Amino acid sequence: MIVSTIKDGVVLDHIHAGGAMMIYKALNLDKLECQVAIIKNADSVKMGKKDILKICEPIDINLDVLGYLDPGITVSIICDGKVVERKHLSLPEKVTDVIKCSNPRCITSVEQELPNIFKLTDRENRVYRCIYCESKYKNQGDIK
Amino acid sequence: MRSLIDILELSTAEIDELIDVAKDIIADPKKYSEKCHGKTLATLFFEPSTRTRLSFEAAMYGLGGNVLGFASSDSSSAAKGESVADTVRVVSGYADIIAMRHPKEGAPLVASMHALVPIINAGDGGHNHPTQTLTDLLTISREKGRFNDLTIGLCGDLKFGRTVHSIIGAMSRYDNVKFVLISPEELKIPGYIKQDVLDKNNIEYVETRSLEDAIPELDILYMTRVQRERFFNEDDYIRLKDTYILNAKKLEKAKSDLSILHPLPRVNEIAVEVDSDPRACYFEQALNGKFIRMALILKLLGVE
Repeated sequence: MIVSTIKDGVVLDHIHAGGAMMIYKALNLDKLECQVAIIKNADSVKMGKKDILKICEPIDINLDVLGYLDPGITVSIICDGKVVERKHLSLPEKVTDVIKCSNPRCITSVEQELPNIFKLTDRENRVYRCIYCESKYKNQGDIK
Repeated sequence: MRSLIDILELSTAEIDELIDVAKDIIADPKKYSEKCHGKTLATLFFEPSTRTRLSFEAAMYGLGGNVLGFASSDSSSAAKGESVADTVRVVSGYADIIAMRHPKEGAPLVASMHALVPIINAGDGGHNHPTQTLTDLLTISREKGRFNDLTIGLCGDLKFGRTVHSIIGAMSRYDNVKFVLISPEELKIPGYIKQDVLDKNNIEYVETRSLEDAIPELDILYMTRVQRERFFNEDDYIRLKDTYILNAKKLEKAKSDLSILHPLPRVNEIAVEVDSDPRACYFEQALNGKFIRMALILKLLGVE
């Protein structure tokens, strides 16, 4: 299968195989008017299989969302057919309005307008805790 | 401007300093009786409380200051749906410092993000209660004269008991402290306290269901009430509420210099006969709450 190269836009490479649709939804790519290619299960020397997203328009990517969901993703910014910037992600120290606290005793359960902020408290085990009630976030794939 | 939301925001040196001030207030209350003249404390209690609210008010009056506030959310604009942020923004204009209790965890932190004056967390759900912990620490200091080399039994509701979580965090910073965690299976200490506080700091602890087995080795026994308001299911509360009752017979096996603490109010978990035992410290503990809050108000207001 051949997916053509893009002139101006963004490529998200090294997405864990099967993770592209989750990234697509989390970044609200369905709202874009431009072409977006979702490539699933592409061959990868490093990963065996991987997913790739190609977006044919220069857009701002929320790197905190991406880093939280899959810190292994590589973000390439394409300009005039050339890679002008490549970003390697890491787990963000803090994520805002990416995930939602599920503790019914948390203040965010009654004050819906409060930002849902989680802090990384254990990088090794990828533990994020709500800054308000300190509850551990459990469902990795559950996006607010 | 500094608030107090979590006891761990205070260093051990700052805690020592607060305890020293509290002891000085106890020794010479008159010296402090006008320190907060012209200052106002607002007590915003969105959840009922007797001891904590009254001790904050007594503390501010003891410093010569004024007090305003409300004692339940029904009598505040929260009943009309006002947010915590809006409430504290408004009250910041009326008071120099705010003590807030709220049933939802994290509400005082939200308040501290929006208030123009210091916020003291006076208890947020089952989460934190730093001034109770300061009270406990002052009591331990007065009773034992040290924070090191202690075996501390925590008994009762270790799951929802915010005082328990806070004192574990605070005492984990001292050397050679061992915890004996006594609770029914359903009210065991949460995993995150074990992993993030006890294991992380290499603190020795054991979990047991038997108060009788644990009592002989304890230097401090911290009893807690099973709190009806923390249960979504009334049947669970009724089943668990009388799991532990400390009485004179159980104390026969305890050390002669054991200190029995309880954040109060008690229901059935300490028999009234224990009140006359010299090892019972919980009423002195409640009194200590006033003095340590006086010291804290002085610190947060920057009054020398």
